[in-house]
Amino acid sequence: MATTVTVKKPVQVASKATRLTIPDDLCLEMHRRMVTIRRFEEAVWEVYTQGLMRGLAHLYIGEEATAVGVCAALRTDDYITSTHRGHGHLIAKGGRVDRMMAEMLGKVDGYNRGKGGTMHIADLSLGILGANGIVGGGMGLATGAALSAKMRGTDQVAVCFFGDGAANQGVFLEAANLAAVWKLPVLFVCENNQYGEYTAAKHVTAIHEHIAERAAAFDIPGLVVDGNDVVAVYEATKEMVDRARAGEGPSLIECKTYRYRGHHVGDGNPEKTYRTQEETDAWKAKDPIARFQRRLIEAGLATEADLAAWDGEIQQQIQEAVEFAKQSPYPPASEVTDHVYV
Amino acid sequence: MSTSNHREITYAEAVREAIREEMRRDDHVFLMGEDVGAAGGVFKVTTGLYQEFGPERIRDTPISEAAIVGAGVGAAMTGMRPIVEVMFGDFITIAMDQIVNQAAKMCYMTGGQAKVPLVVRTTLGAGRSSAAQHSQSLQAWLAHIPGLKVAIPSTPYDLKGLLKTAIRDDNPVIVYEDKMMYNTKGLVPDEEYTIPFGTADVKREGKDVTIVATSSMVHTVLNAATKLEQDGISVEVVDPRTLVPLDMATIIASVEKTSRAVVIDEGYQRFGITAEIASLIADEAFDYLDAPVKRIGAMDVPVPFSPGLEPLTIPNEERVIHTVKGLFRDE
Ligand SMILES: Cc1ncc(C[n+]2csc(CCOP(=O)(O)OP(=O)(O)O)c2C)c(N)n1
Ligand SMILES: [Mg+2]
Repeated sequence: MATTVTVKKPVQVASKATRLTIPDDLCLEMHRRMVTIRRFEEAVWEVYTQGLMRGLAHLYIGEEATAVGVCAALRTDDYITSTHRGHGHLIAKGGRVDRMMAEMLGKVDGYNRGKGGTMHIADLSLGILGANGIVGGGMGLATGAALSAKMRGTDQVAVCFFGDGAANQGVFLEAANLAAVWKLPVLFVCENNQYGEYTAAKHVTAIHEHIAERAAAFDIPGLVVDGNDVVAVYEATKEMVDRARAGEGPSLIECKTYRYRGHHVGDGNPEKTYRTQEETDAWKAKDPIARFQRRLIEAGLATEADLAAWDGEIQQQIQEAVEFAKQSPYPPASEVTDHVYV
Repeated sequence: MSTSNHREITYAEAVREAIREEMRRDDHVFLMGEDVGAAGGVFKVTTGLYQEFGPERIRDTPISEAAIVGAGVGAAMTGMRPIVEVMFGDFITIAMDQIVNQAAKMCYMTGGQAKVPLVVRTTLGAGRSSAAQHSQSLQAWLAHIPGLKVAIPSTPYDLKGLLKTAIRDDNPVIVYEDKMMYNTKGLVPDEEYTIPFGTADVKREGKDVTIVATSSMVHTVLNAATKLEQDGISVEVVDPRTLVPLDMATIIASVEKTSRAVVIDEGYQRFGITAEIASLIADEAFDYLDAPVKRIGAMDVPVPFSPGLEPLTIPNEERVIHTVKGLFRDE
């Protein structure tokens, strides 16, 4: 079908670099964070299915390269807004797994003293303005953080993580327009994992091929990136962050990725309902962690033995986080009325 | 519902049956919402409707609450009878302009030209550790707005009958389903029925105190009533079933009989449903009251996630018993 809109800035497909062009220590740190996310999420699945955790748990397994590649291009004082599927963003931005796990269990040592739970974890000291239970809820917040950075005269940037589903919230248009007319240092990072709950993005999203095409409507750069390639995500983000810091305004980066598990832990078997085993298998063949590990080995940055050892350390750390969370008490009843106001 | 044969169905099935019957009856009725179709809804309430009516009439929408409710208003103004599902009552905030400034006022503003036969189905209720943005009971917001009707059923029977009435009503109606009750069961008659709006139901007869209760609070109160009975206090439970219109006649008749009243609703207590009903009782039954009218609502805090905190914020049996006993202290 022909489109009547002139695409001024054609969508750029970021190059698939085969060599590692970024510093060794950064590569290893990105790898550590991706594995941490995966092991953390597996532990969440465990505690949830053991009945230790209540509420909803939206796992990030399969999408690790997106959060990690984006956050690796950020400074600690930059901001992110996250989503209901937020655990990965938090770890990628430097969040502590023990305090996150304690929050999952509603314990007093959790990041939010048990008040928020999985969908609301925040660490303002790391620029994490919070996961969010409202789809699209972070769009205004990230735009406002960018406005604030600009007005305060800092060169901080803000990243708004949002899903393919959230791209259809009206606030996306409003926030992107505002950010564009005011040239705000905000990156809208769309994690296109192909589904919003049980509905395929392609059935509910009016685009030619990419959500990033919508950038053209705001006259801002729109990039499509392989969201399972942490290096590609990092490089695309870095370019847009540099641009934003230089006062050149917002951008839209679409990371194509896939969640391996169901929409939440309770959505146990998506392959029996709204998606196919072939599709899931095809994405798993592009696993972000396995791919990056092959590259680390090829580049001489790691051996199989190193990878196994690091994984063991991470699993140990996650086990300790689970223990820490289990040991921590529920908040005392007196805290229920704390923090309604400052 | 005394003479006919009855079946036991769940609260979720009540929704499904009401929608199915009304869609079979009237081609103009259709349903839209997020994941309501092929997936049968996040609470599995609309299961099977997509298979029967197809994607034209059971429409899966993008995650765009403002647009889908707004489209519901426009479709309703032009001859259709849409049912729009807003999955969690908390998300209705995103569609608030469409409901409050558009749907509610359309008939009046146009001097009676426009009608908006729209049903917005949404949910209320805490208790699942869903935290502050997935647990609120915001029915007071909607009940505040002239031009809207608000139904708040507590049983499968009431839900089915009220939802059918809502679908046939030519005004915008908000139906609050309690997401904690979807699996609870109740009897419905085999034959078709509807329940007129503005008819309260006495869920239990008693003589010492009237408790006006909505939604799942009806069940909390019924349990408390059994215990209070053992302490010699006979409780009458009145369920208004619709907040707008509100059947004050039944409530007042009950208070005239019992001389004491407690009002309970799961919304935030402050400026809530209970405040309105309590003030009406105080006003209209003043001469009959032996004690001040008491109110019970959710604690005025955002609903906390922690299983250690959340239960403290939701009105419970204990609080009902304590409040009721407080009315008899001086005797
Ligand atoms: C305003 C709002 N509408 C609906 C929901 C229910 N909901 C939670 S997650 C979700 C799907 C989101 O899809 P997407 O943005 O693609 O994120 P993903 O889950 O795929 O990461 C929906 C509809 C919500 N939380 N908030
Ligand atoms: Mg998605």
